[in-house]
Amino acid sequence: MTKGKSFTIGGDRIFNFINRILLVIITCIIVFPLWNVVVNSFSTGEAVAAGKSVFWPAEFSTANYKAVFSDTSIWMAFVISVLKTVIGVICHVLFCAMVAYGMSKSYLRGRKLYTVMGVITMFFSGGMIPTYLLIKSLGMLDSFAVYIIPALFSYYDMVILMNFFRDIPDSLEESARIDGAGVWRVFISIILPLSKPSLATIALFHGVSQWNDFMTAKLYILNESLYPLQMKLYEIIVQSQISSMQNPTGVVIATTSRGIQLATIVVTTVPILLVYPFLQKYFVSGMMVGAVKE
Amino acid sequence: MEHKKSGKIPKAPVGVRTKRWLFDFKNQIPLQMMVLPGVVFMIIFNYIPIYGLKIAFQNYTVVDTLDTAKWVGMENFKIILTDKYFWDSVYNTLGISLLKLLIGFVAPIILAVMIYELKDGIFKRVVQTISYMPHFLSWIVLGGMLISWLSTNGMFNSVLKGLGLITEGKNILLDANKYWWIAVLSDVWKSAGWGTILYLASMAGIDPTYYEAARIDGAGRLRQIWSITIPLIRTIIGLNFILTISGLLGSNLDQTLVLMNTQNQPRAEVINSYVYRMGISQGDFSYATAAGLGVSIVSVVLLVIANKLTSKMNERSVL
Repeated sequence: MTKGKSFTIGGDRIFNFINRILLVIITCIIVFPLWNVVVNSFSTGEAVAAGKSVFWPAEFSTANYKAVFSDTSIWMAFVISVLKTVIGVICHVLFCAMVAYGMSKSYLRGRKLYTVMGVITMFFSGGMIPTYLLIKSLGMLDSFAVYIIPALFSYYDMVILMNFFRDIPDSLEESARIDGAGVWRVFISIILPLSKPSLATIALFHGVSQWNDFMTAKLYILNESLYPLQMKLYEIIVQSQISSMQNPTGVVIATTSRGIQLATIVVTTVPILLVYPFLQKYFVSGMMVGAVKE
Repeated sequence: MEHKKSGKIPKAPVGVRTKRWLFDFKNQIPLQMMVLPGVVFMIIFNYIPIYGLKIAFQNYTVVDTLDTAKWVGMENFKIILTDKYFWDSVYNTLGISLLKLLIGFVAPIILAVMIYELKDGIFKRVVQTISYMPHFLSWIVLGGMLISWLSTNGMFNSVLKGLGLITEGKNILLDANKYWWIAVLSDVWKSAGWGTILYLASMAGIDPTYYEAARIDGAGRLRQIWSITIPLIRTIIGLNFILTISGLLGSNLDQTLVLMNTQNQPRAEVINSYVYRMGISQGDFSYATAAGLGVSIVSVVLLVIANKLTSKMNERSVL
């Protein structure tokens, strides 16, 4: 017995050691490529072209960022991205919360029908083309509204909020009801303030998806002044790829745009990294509720 | 408790029940006004497109409306059966999806176990924070990064040259034969860390006395993982499996659009990007819808099969 035990303790140490080493390697595999992007965005075009900047900028330069920030179309795209994220999140959260509050009342007439309708939408969809034709017939092609209105409601987010609302004790509502407050009054002055954490969870997740969303613009927007940052970045990437393939000898042309491309990538990602610390405490709650209470 | 409000009486005549229902409904009109916008939204943005799927059986052109388009029956599907490009995209979708399933499904489980085995502390928190991060990069950002990393003088070629494995760098993204692996591994890189969250949350609920008991019986760490941790997170594994299977054929359109180029297209084109190109770029709406619909049907069938499989698995192990 004692022999077995001592073996286990020794095995434990080896296990912990190997486990840590592997995790350090995995962490490096995630961090190093990201760092490489930042390093290259701060390098001169020649250094990027020669592949000199690996761990540290070979020839430090902020020219790429100067080029990015002097491009008004990138600024425009940034503004569109911010607007679509902020407006989109506010509208989405309030709309879903409103529906969720109604659905959280089990005495709501027609609730079963609404639930069946909602669950069906989670499994079946018309897909890309019928949705495109709908958006087109609604006259939303090439309009800012296409970022907001089709993203107004999500049955999934509604269910998450509904479950949060159900946990709010009825007694809190009842006292307000006795004082003569209607459902809207109760919803706005009692329910919403009480569920800030859950609203924040939905807001942050929807915010990230709005910021990162590129397909909406790719499908429905032709007018370049309505491009969000992701779409702008896509344009830059595709254009530089085409130019680098068309003239393989013109390395300089292709690589200056490579540096600018990387700088744009960094600019596009920084806002996400800024909200990341706030986001982190909602990860588990956001994921758990969605998966378990479904 | 709430049943009292609706005054539920078993077997009341239908007319009475309808009247009572309408009466209740009228009394909750303010509440209904909160829910109905959501219902209207679903009818417009979810159900009208489902109705719009009928153009798969029509010959819909730009001048048509949904109701004036000519019916052609299964014509579009017949053409699809002999469309080489469509089947190429099916082949690529299946290949990429299966690899993603094999690697991308197992990787988060292993990573979660590794993180779970760490003692709580700074190292654990750092590993978690870093591994979640790539999830928040958009595919456009990651695609841009990949193009840079894989380019002739990019990070990968630099590292390989540094290790002395190659002498001359080349653009890896232009190599069609490597595309599947680029798609799969970049997807795993992006999502494996994020995928650990649910597993770690359910592992946090495991009673530590199980491990103590196992240790007393002389079970090593690997044995404990295999016999305690994994069986106890089986439900979540099953749940994730169903979700993964149902999304298997809807492989990532963003990823494909940003990584695909004229060189790797034969191996990069997936069903979604094919539907996109045929429908949106070339305006062949009916044909693209038919292709998309065929895939959706297969997806639903896969979902049902996966659901049956996992429920059987779980039952057997519970017994």
